[in-house]
Amino acid sequence: MKDLDDLKQGIFQGQKRAIARGLTWIEQGRQEGKLLAQQLFAHAGRAHVIGVTGSPGVGKSTLVNGLTLHLRHGGYKVGIIAVDPSSPFTGGAILGDRIRMQDSVMDQGVFMRSLASRGHLGGLSRATFGALTLLDAAGFDKILIETVGAGQSEVEIMQMAHTTMVVLAPGMGDDIQAIKAGILEIGQVFVVNKADRDGADHTVRSIRSMLGLTSEHPDWMPPIIKTVAEDGRGMEEVSQALFRHHQYLTEHGLLDRFRWTQTEHVIEQAVSDLGERLVRQARSESSWTKRVSAVGEGSDDPDRVAGEIWRHSIQED
Amino acid sequence: MIRVLVAKPGLDGHDRGAKVIARALRDAGMEVVYTGLHQTPEQVVDAALSEDVDVLALSILSGAHPTLVPRIMELVRQNHMDDVLILLGGIIPEDDVEDMVQAGVAKVFGPGTDTNDIVRFIRERVKDE
Ligand code: B12
Ligand SMILES: Nc1nc2c(ncn2[C@@H]2O[C@H](COP(=O)(O)OP(=O)(O)OP(=O)(O)O)[C@@H](O)[C@H]2O)c(=O)[nH]1
Ligand SMILES: [Mg+2]
Repeated sequence: MKDLDDLKQGIFQGQKRAIARGLTWIEQGRQEGKLLAQQLFAHAGRAHVIGVTGSPGVGKSTLVNGLTLHLRHGGYKVGIIAVDPSSPFTGGAILGDRIRMQDSVMDQGVFMRSLASRGHLGGLSRATFGALTLLDAAGFDKILIETVGAGQSEVEIMQMAHTTMVVLAPGMGDDIQAIKAGILEIGQVFVVNKADRDGADHTVRSIRSMLGLTSEHPDWMPPIIKTVAEDGRGMEEVSQALFRHHQYLTEHGLLDRFRWTQTEHVIEQAVSDLGERLVRQARSESSWTKRVSAVGEGSDDPDRVAGEIWRHSIQED
Repeated sequence: MIRVLVAKPGLDGHDRGAKVIARALRDAGMEVVYTGLHQTPEQVVDAALSEDVDVLALSILSGAHPTLVPRIMELVRQNHMDDVLILLGGIIPEDDVEDMVQAGVAKVFGPGTDTNDIVRFIRERVKDE
């Protein structure tokens, strides 16, 4: 399966091995992976991409599992990407989301892959866009992305998912904090999971009162749904809400705009990756110490040094 | 980046060893998928396939390795996953080690294994791209 065309054929046929290997290529970020993602892009654009975000332990993975089982009953093919953090020190990671998804992922109509964030901030991995493109081209109708779950700075999911689902659980104390920290703006569907526990109605009321204060969504009022992901309660309501949101985007002609801003975001991301590479390159050169000393002594300024590093890299290309 | 699946096949509730291995490999800079207890051979191989791991690390302390391991190896072959390095650890009697290696396990690691030896073994066998 070394060959790009074979791999593409396998992906179009929905073969797990081909999909898995293609994702590895994309994650490795080398030329072959870039070429693959680029060629698959023309075959993507049909899937409904759904983000699942929320604080650690609220039940995101369990919800993805329950929702996947439900969607399979409806005949939909489901692709799943779950992102976990990499250690900033060793680069290693423990990817544990699959534990809660084992009932649903064996199915031929389901493909699940764990990704490590590999230093990317914002709750996703750099490979997310390529991975989405691949799963979309492979014919999955619904693609669920579970974010890292750091809670606060996860706005990037909005650029990747048509519908972002924010999951909360009762009695987490920091509920209201999380809502204030801006999670309200990113959710089109709110889920209060673990509704078998006390306090779910209280959490629903808190979200509702906070939502009442914003006028972000003039035409779409985000629904708030109680679920017990562990036994499947509420999955029907959640999937209905997701369908309605997708229909809303379609009817208001918002899907094209989404695709445009997503593409802008991906280019911006590539530019900042380039910047990071420049920094790494500059640090590894012998002139680095001289540059740092010069700025430290006040005989040079950081902006001028940055410009010099940039011009230097262009000459090398 | 080296990717590893740490799996606990069969009805075996001993998960300390598997967790020790998972953490040690993470600390050595690898990406470790952990799928929890009570996995069928089918689930183990489906996860290894989807996650496209370089290493499949099986931890078995129940005594069921003579049935579980050959079944897993059969599925590995059926799925053409010949490039995956298969390791086995836990309670494997000395007399069974040869059979496990015959079945396709690269090496068996018993109680008291230094996790550094496992890391070294993986690094020798898997090229990190
Ligand atoms: C702790 C323990 C338990 C705990 C487990 C807690 C837990 N969550 O893990 C409890 C009390 C629950 C338990 C229960 C039972 N246990 Co118990 N248990 C042990 C004990 C004392 C230590 C195991 C342990 O955790 N070691 C520490 C870890 C870190 O070491 P490890 O798992 O061996 O892992 C190391 C290596 O083996 C290797 N390794 C392990 N896996 C892997 C994988 C890979 C890929 C690699 C490379 C390396 C590797 O690296 C690790 C680090 O060195 C052993 C005896 C022993 N000394 O091993 C019995 C033992 C495993 N238990 C045994 C039995 C029989 C049982 C029970 C059936 C008892 C009963 N009748 O109820 C139950 C079954 C439970 C179940 N559902 O499966 C027997 C198994 C006999 C057999 N296989 O033939 C043992 C060997 C005791 C004995 N001598 O009889 N047990
Ligand atoms: N009581 C109750 N527990 C639940 C429910 N859903 C999930 N859980 C439990 O909550 C814990 C965390 O669930 P996960 O699905 O792993 O949560 P997560 O948000 O994916 O966690 P991270 O990926 O670590 O951020 C597990 O022990 C689940 O069994 C629920 O509806 N009710
Ligand atoms: Mg999770």
